Amino acid sequence: MSPTRHTHSHPTQAATISVSANEHLPHKAIHTVHFWLGKRLSTLRQWPISLLLSWLVIAVVISWAFIPGLFTAYDPLTGIGKFKLQPPSWVHLLGTDALGRDVYARIVYGASHSLSGAFVAVGLGLTVGTLLGLFAGSAGRKTDTFIMRLVDVILSIPSLLLSLSIIVILGFGTVTAAIAVGAASIASFARLSRSEVLRVRNTDYVEAAFGSGGTFLNVLWRHVLPNALTSVIALAALQFGTAILALSTLGFLGYGAPPPTPEWGLLIAEGRNYLARAWWLTTAPGIVVIMVVISANRISHALSERRS
Amino acid sequence: MSKHLISHLFQSVLTLWAAFTIAFVLLQALPGDAVLIKFLASDFGLTPEQITELQQTYGVNLPLWQKYFHELGAIFTGNLGFSVQAGLPVSQVIATNLPPTLLLASLGFTAAIVLALSVAFLSAFTCFSWLRQALHALPSLFVSVPVFWLGIVLIQIVSFQLGLIPVINPGHWEGLILPTIALAIPISAPIAQILIRNIEATLLLPHVAVARAKGASHVWVLWHHVARNAVLPTLTMAGLLFGELLAGAVVTETVFGLSGLGSLTQQAVNNQDTAVLKAIVIISAAIFITINLIVDLLYPILDPRLRVAQEARP
Amino acid sequence: MTDAAKLPVLDIKGLTIGYREKDNLTRVVHDVSFHINAGEVVALVGESGSGKTTTAQTIIGLLADNGQLEHGSVILNRTDISLWSQKQLASIRGAVVSLVPQDPGSSLNPVQTIGTQVSEIFRIHNRGSRQIIKAEVLALLERVGLSQPELRYNQYPHELSGGMRQRVLIAMAIALKPLLIIADEPTSALDVTVQRHILDLIDDLRKEVGTSILLVTHDLGVAADRADRIVVMRNGQIVEQGLTENILKSPASEYTHQLLTDAPSLTSDKKRISLSKQQPTHPAIDIVTVKNLSHTFPSHGAAQPFRAVDDISFSVRKGTTHAIVGESGSGKTTTLRAILGFLKPSQGDILIRGTNLSTLKGEELRQQRRHIQLVYQNPYSSLDPKQIIFRAIEEPLLNFTLFNTQERADRVYNMLQRVGLSPSTAERLPRALSGGQRQRVAIARALILEPDILVLDEAVSALDVTVQAQILELLGKLQQAYGLTYIFVSHDLAVVRQIADTVSVMHHGRQVEIGRVEDIFTNPQTDYTRELINAIPGKRRFNSVQDNFIAA
Repeated sequence: MSPTRHTHSHPTQAATISVSANEHLPHKAIHTVHFWLGKRLSTLRQWPISLLLSWLVIAVVISWAFIPGLFTAYDPLTGIGKFKLQPPSWVHLLGTDALGRDVYARIVYGASHSLSGAFVAVGLGLTVGTLLGLFAGSAGRKTDTFIMRLVDVILSIPSLLLSLSIIVILGFGTVTAAIAVGAASIASFARLSRSEVLRVRNTDYVEAAFGSGGTFLNVLWRHVLPNALTSVIALAALQFGTAILALSTLGFLGYGAPPPTPEWGLLIAEGRNYLARAWWLTTAPGIVVIMVVISANRISHALSERRS
Repeated sequence: MSKHLISHLFQSVLTLWAAFTIAFVLLQALPGDAVLIKFLASDFGLTPEQITELQQTYGVNLPLWQKYFHELGAIFTGNLGFSVQAGLPVSQVIATNLPPTLLLASLGFTAAIVLALSVAFLSAFTCFSWLRQALHALPSLFVSVPVFWLGIVLIQIVSFQLGLIPVINPGHWEGLILPTIALAIPISAPIAQILIRNIEATLLLPHVAVARAKGASHVWVLWHHVARNAVLPTLTMAGLLFGELLAGAVVTETVFGLSGLGSLTQQAVNNQDTAVLKAIVIISAAIFITINLIVDLLYPILDPRLRVAQEARP
Repeated sequence: MTDAAKLPVLDIKGLTIGYREKDNLTRVVHDVSFHINAGEVVALVGESGSGKTTTAQTIIGLLADNGQLEHGSVILNRTDISLWSQKQLASIRGAVVSLVPQDPGSSLNPVQTIGTQVSEIFRIHNRGSRQIIKAEVLALLERVGLSQPELRYNQYPHELSGGMRQRVLIAMAIALKPLLIIADEPTSALDVTVQRHILDLIDDLRKEVGTSILLVTHDLGVAADRADRIVVMRNGQIVEQGLTENILKSPASEYTHQLLTDAPSLTSDKKRISLSKQQPTHPAIDIVTVKNLSHTFPSHGAAQPFRAVDDISFSVRKGTTHAIVGESGSGKTTTLRAILGFLKPSQGDILIRGTNLSTLKGEELRQQRRHIQLVYQNPYSSLDPKQIIFRAIEEPLLNFTLFNTQERADRVYNMLQRVGLSPSTAERLPRALSGGQRQRVAIARALILEPDILVLDEAVSALDVTVQAQILELLGKLQQAYGLTYIFVSHDLAVVRQIADTVSVMHHGRQVEIGRVEDIFTNPQTDYTRELINAIPGKRRFNSVQDNFIAA
């Protein structure tokens, strides 16, 4: 498989390049699309298997969240008492819990809680943190120092404690847990985006852009943002995994959604009482969490590699 | 040098003060009233007059700014407030709960460092590429494992399946084995990741090629020219890792039913005992800041490049 | 002479090396054979990608992990070491064959003292006790020309200058009196005047110890000065090899001939690239005037602020090239940044097209940039990695909202053609281009606004000689076509001689000399300028060849 990979990819690229070279002005758009498509397809073939698998995991979990009915026929909330605590079988892929509910169905339906929570958390951290970092990185020295000192102080408090403090104020629940996790990640987004802005600001090409008559906003938009954002997006992917972990921790501690919501952390917490009799109750949701987090980390790694 | 020390100390105190302020602002915004929650419970049956009296003794009704300075001043005398839930001064509650957590945290930290160093250096030593790849993949697996789940699985396998460590009433040290492992594995991951990255980057540096050109063996090169250069930057992570460790302890203690700062945090959150939570936040920030201060002061001693820069500073 | 001396110290036969990347093997060295006799200096000359470094690495067994010796043999002192294990190789590294690396800045371990690092080579090979080793190391440090060896012994690398660090590395290389020293671009990271001293030192030590030297270099001038024989490599193959004298006088291959004509240091005065002189003389207008320019940087460490530029004055005629020459720390970069308006000087005036820069602010300064543009030293960092070439060249036009979309595109493609790039380049990202192509893009981008003045900051020093010559020629053509004025900042006097009309020589922030290029070269007024001129490699080629005849 691998030798053919190269022979396939290169000719397509080479062909499209030579076409666009011969008649560059007319039909440029069409050839650009061809070029783009060819490039995308060939890069997809060059992807490592681990990265493809990671995207697959994320795609499956997202489909669980949107169309859970397609993946399981069972109801996640009501079970049949006489089928309680059954080990995995073809009827119940991941067994049943103490109330006879299908564990696989509960995991599938739980995806929407965990994923939406993680999206809210990352969205909050990303927007607030990046804006803060951008502002600090492009504002004057005093503003920058003030904001970054504040960020340092927040980073000195362990994120779980920060989340717990926010939960104490806002109360328990899926949304508050998501906000608590997101708020705790603001500082790291701010720090990264600021350092990226400073890094890009000090490059020759940014000075060159000013030198060719670029205004501050022009340069920020054309050069600083695109080049600083790659790392920020990589961090966002990483934080997505971290948020899933943190949310499941909060769920496990009982600060997330209340039972019988099939949130992943809560599933593991509920399984704790049957450790000796039903290993699948805790093992299965845990492995799902691990797979999602590993995939998010792998994707983040691939994104940050693209920078260099 | 002493000027350098003083400026670092001053900055640390400033950060601590800011952390206190943040904790105060955050936790004072609480709408519920811990005193009322506890004493208005039906089985207490106090009269409204008695409740007001209690509120006054706890200083609940002071204006916010007065309360802020009151608490800030109290910290200097070691007074961290009063735990409504336990009915004891917070300092006393913390004093009984801090030692077991510190013990668990230091055991976990040591195990994590040993684990990370072995993974990183084994991957640098080995000549089998499959083993190197497996070792490289290990940290990204470790970092993705939820601590609480790991604890549960460990109990399941070691205690229930293998019957090695009893679940109920294990010995003191025996009871710490599984929590230490559960805590160490996720914490070791970021250390190992950074170590592996640093070792690989250092191995590519020209000074390593020069050492090899002198006739140094792979082991000699790793020991004399890579180890110190690669381990140094990981020191800066120590403070951050401690935060993770403490957060890990909250979960581990809950899973294994141990008493300590972790289970105290959980109780404080459940009972909205803000005084205790505030104290825990401030203490963990203080430990973080202290560790960073030590690292900052230690760094120039370990890295000669920073020595000159500081001596030159007026 | 003994029997051993007649046999070559190093004999390479049919060396073929490739790099494995995933599934395919890229061959970088093809069937390379040459030898080095005892006490001989052989230069391995080639541009980037010629395979010279890979060849050198293989000889000392330091090929990268994915490098693979496909076939061929490396016979060192009558033993074929090409199939040796790393363990076996370790026993001869440092003792029989040693290395002087390229970049003294990063080639010493930053967290170990100089003493520890020089002693290390004795300790690895178990030569003597601690006291004996220390005495030997101190003697070595003294021998390589370091003052106060006792002090150096306990210092760390960052406390030494680049030249001193290279001396330390040379001390390591000669410590065990090896048969062969591989000097891999030993001076390319150093200032010109330091370069010469280091090469002299290597030469002296060779004569003293009798070691053979493989000098790997991109600089034919250096090879001409120092080598007995030259091996020219290109694209992994040997183009030709022979006695230095023969190669220089009558190169057999087209490529060597090209290298010889392109190397600025080997070119005589006659071959001048700048065409400005042949033009009908412009009315003598000074387009740039710098008056009493000084700049001081506030410094955090030292007690006194750092005076980077100290009272500099010069003016540049329209349509001519003025060069600012100096080594690192001479203040040439600060001067340049002040002229471009990136930096507000502490004192002095800069007049560009009659406008005093210090009176300009904000929008006026931005408008001023239409008339003066900069080409950076490093073409890899001056182009936005995320911007396709078309956008990069178009951007200055957008900044000043000139022309409509169609007209801008026409101008971009027209400019691409002028700088000698194919239209297909427009859609590519910078990383798909070579260094020379990128520098052409940078020039196109600078010229699209049709400025009067182009500031070139070491604009060719990161490029290979043949590419360098092409870019210089392009600059010459463009100057003639547009009547451009160049301010050419460089450390390389040989290039300056080719392209500039007038020159300022800077040293420690001061302008030590200014005048017409011919005058400065034929009749330098200061010691420093003389030293700079003498440091240009390639001058001693015939002398050195004669020396060797006498020595033999």
